[in-house]
Amino acid sequence: MIGKQGKDLITIPLPTIEIPKFRYGAKQQGGVGQGDGEVGQSLGPGQEQPGEGEGKAGQGEGNHLMEVDVTFDELAEILGEELQLPKIEPKGTDRIVTEKTRYTGINTIGPESLRHFKRTYKQALRRQIASGTYDPKRPVIVPYREDRRYRSWKVTPQPEAAALIIYIMDVSGSMGDEQKEIVRIESFWLDTWLRHHYKGLTARYIIHDAVAREVDRETFFHTRESGGTMISSAYKLASDLIEKDHPSSNWNTYLFHFSDGDNWSADDTRFCIELVKERIIPHVNLFAYGQVESPYGSGQFIRDLRESFDGDDRVALSEIADKEAIYGSIKDFLGKGK
Amino acid sequence: MASFRNRSLPPRLADLEQEIKGYAKEFGLDFYEVIFELLSYDEVNMVAAYGGYPNRYPHWRFGMDYEQLAKGYEYGLSKIYELVINNDPTYAYLLESNPEVDQKLVMAHVFGHGDFFKNNFAFQHTNRKMMDEMANHATRVRRLIDRLGIDRIEDFIDRCLSLENLIDYHSPYIKRSPSSALGDEEGQRPHGLRNEREYMGGFINPQSYLDELQRKADEERAQKKRFPERPQRDVLLFLLDHAPLEPWEQDILAIVREEAYYFAPQGMTKIMNEGWASYWHSTIMTTRALRDSEVIDYADHHAGTVSMRPGSLNPYKIGIELYRDIERRWNTGRFGKEWEECDSLPERQSWDKQLGLGRQKIFEVRKHYNDVTFIDEFLTPEFCIDQKLFVYDYNDKRQTWEIASRQFKAVKEKLLHRLTNFGNPIIEVVDANFENRSELLLVHKHDGVDLKVDDARHTLQCLQSLWRRPVNLYTRLDGKSLILRFDGQEHSDQKAEL
Repeated sequence: MIGKQGKDLITIPLPTIEIPKFRYGAKQQGGVGQGDGEVGQSLGPGQEQPGEGEGKAGQGEGNHLMEVDVTFDELAEILGEELQLPKIEPKGTDRIVTEKTRYTGINTIGPESLRHFKRTYKQALRRQIASGTYDPKRPVIVPYREDRRYRSWKVTPQPEAAALIIYIMDVSGSMGDEQKEIVRIESFWLDTWLRHHYKGLTARYIIHDAVAREVDRETFFHTRESGGTMISSAYKLASDLIEKDHPSSNWNTYLFHFSDGDNWSADDTRFCIELVKERIIPHVNLFAYGQVESPYGSGQFIRDLRESFDGDDRVALSEIADKEAIYGSIKDFLGKGK
Repeated sequence: MASFRNRSLPPRLADLEQEIKGYAKEFGLDFYEVIFELLSYDEVNMVAAYGGYPNRYPHWRFGMDYEQLAKGYEYGLSKIYELVINNDPTYAYLLESNPEVDQKLVMAHVFGHGDFFKNNFAFQHTNRKMMDEMANHATRVRRLIDRLGIDRIEDFIDRCLSLENLIDYHSPYIKRSPSSALGDEEGQRPHGLRNEREYMGGFINPQSYLDELQRKADEERAQKKRFPERPQRDVLLFLLDHAPLEPWEQDILAIVREEAYYFAPQGMTKIMNEGWASYWHSTIMTTRALRDSEVIDYADHHAGTVSMRPGSLNPYKIGIELYRDIERRWNTGRFGKEWEECDSLPERQSWDKQLGLGRQKIFEVRKHYNDVTFIDEFLTPEFCIDQKLFVYDYNDKRQTWEIASRQFKAVKEKLLHRLTNFGNPIIEVVDANFENRSELLLVHKHDGVDLKVDDARHTLQCLQSLWRRPVNLYTRLDGKSLILRFDGQEHSDQKAEL
């Protein structure tokens, strides 16, 4: 579904619907091509016809899949449009402004290191032909000063707000692979959306069963542990993190917690709610809790949270039944524009 | 789609149009009046998705095509330079953002197409007022949608489109004779050949010959009881005439069929048409219209148009090279008996009879040929080598496509196979009362390539929904003959031999 390509490009297949017709199976049919190559040389791996003619216009047969590269930013735009997510207004007055340069055009002056060879060559060739000094027998192109073309750039100021995401996941015995997969997909989209709004976003990962610890990204998504669940341990660790490393005045903090909602005891749940109320909510933009449905969990935790935080727009609660529900859940979390 | 603002070309382009048109006329191109419209890239994409028409009936596939074109353009992957439709007057669209040299190139290209549309035999039966006809179709379908709801209509259009290629591409050009109405009656003996000398009877009409005639006559009579009498290629027409369709369903099916027939000649002459247009834009530009300062850009874009990619066949490239080859051959007299029989390589290489018939010949060719006959007649072994043509096949062991052969014979056969019947399998209605249960039997004339089975099954489902009774398709898969059957509920296969 999603593959990271290079630094920040991902590939989205654009599937097309093909109307069924009586047609030949491709593999037996083969075809006629044009170009170099020995008999027996490979033209590329199977599946489709190799490059079924893409002419300029007209009714060429379409390829079955068209792959389009999109940047994460564009992907986030699409996500935002699709889910009608409100834009996030970063908080904090001391926003850092950085300058970003992009190469946007061509200029006749510039440093030699930015000289655009092809354009320069073309310009020189054009001038020589127009002035009649071009000799096809001895096609030497000598660019003049005026022929030279350079890349030119634009500088755009970009406000930068610091943001922090804390992901917390329950890795107790009752969270199976399927639940983790749901968490992985959902956090990918959350990540994409928030990274779109904040440059320089920091992510911290916490896993917990009966005790909590901070881990790196890799471990976060791949650990499987067993044992009981004490959610308070994770909230405590998270609030410590926030207070120590990321004071709320400078940071836009987001906390996402995923669990199957089966806490150890009612006492612990009470302690959790207290922690959230006093040490987490005052410091974060959003406290989000996603409850993944699991065959083992009672799913009580979300009800307790709902009871205590109903109507607080810094708290987002969502129940995720299966992969299909991820879509709605993202909207639950990000629909508040926090 | 919103109707386009009615705009004439800006003066500079209008001047260019006159200039290029003059050159085209000078070379003897013959076209209907050509109306150029200047569109933005987005409008071009819209029109292109509609197959070149500003007005088509609503259907999701147009949106899908638009999406692809728009994405392709926005990501810089593809760009539509030119769009021209077969109509009188001929409409052509220019892209607003194109530089002047491109506009010239496109205009020259368009006059080439215009000439081809007007003169090639394959287009003689097409409706030259298709622009209006398409708009009428759109209105008819929209009315039906208002009456019956978009879901039903769209669903039915989908089904019809699935059968769209089951038409008889050659029927507009010949008259498929209805059964001979010779009132021969049951039991009448065949006469044999005319014979005035009785004693010669045994020699002129031997018994075996008479028996043969008798057998044929019996067969013919038996055939008359079948329905349809002889296999019918135009499956859509057969359904129109004989399937239990509601009036609105008939209406839609007729629209889909008409449009399929209208577009068929363009599919049958893709190589010739694009080749012809490219030949003329190249000729007009390089000998007349091009200014010195435009040479580079022109060369760049022309090269892009006729570029070769390994593993695909560019109709522009093959077409233009074939025309040039023909022109060269007829200019130098490299044809006919003498040329064919000459074995000496040096002599062949310097063969030149100074005939100068090339131009005349290619004008003839553009009138009387379609892709199949064009390739069949003018593809030469020399051309195959020059153009580096090859045949590729799928290698199951290595799971890749690979070059299978560079032999002239193999290339030509494969090319012709891909072009015959527009690259579609040949399928006919053979029996509408199959097994005496009013089931439909179609027969696929297997020519060495199997059908795509999953698609075939889906298509049978569509067919069944029109015919209402079970449908059968006789074909061969992996060397075994069988009948694919869909009875409205489920698919089944059975071994069969016809």
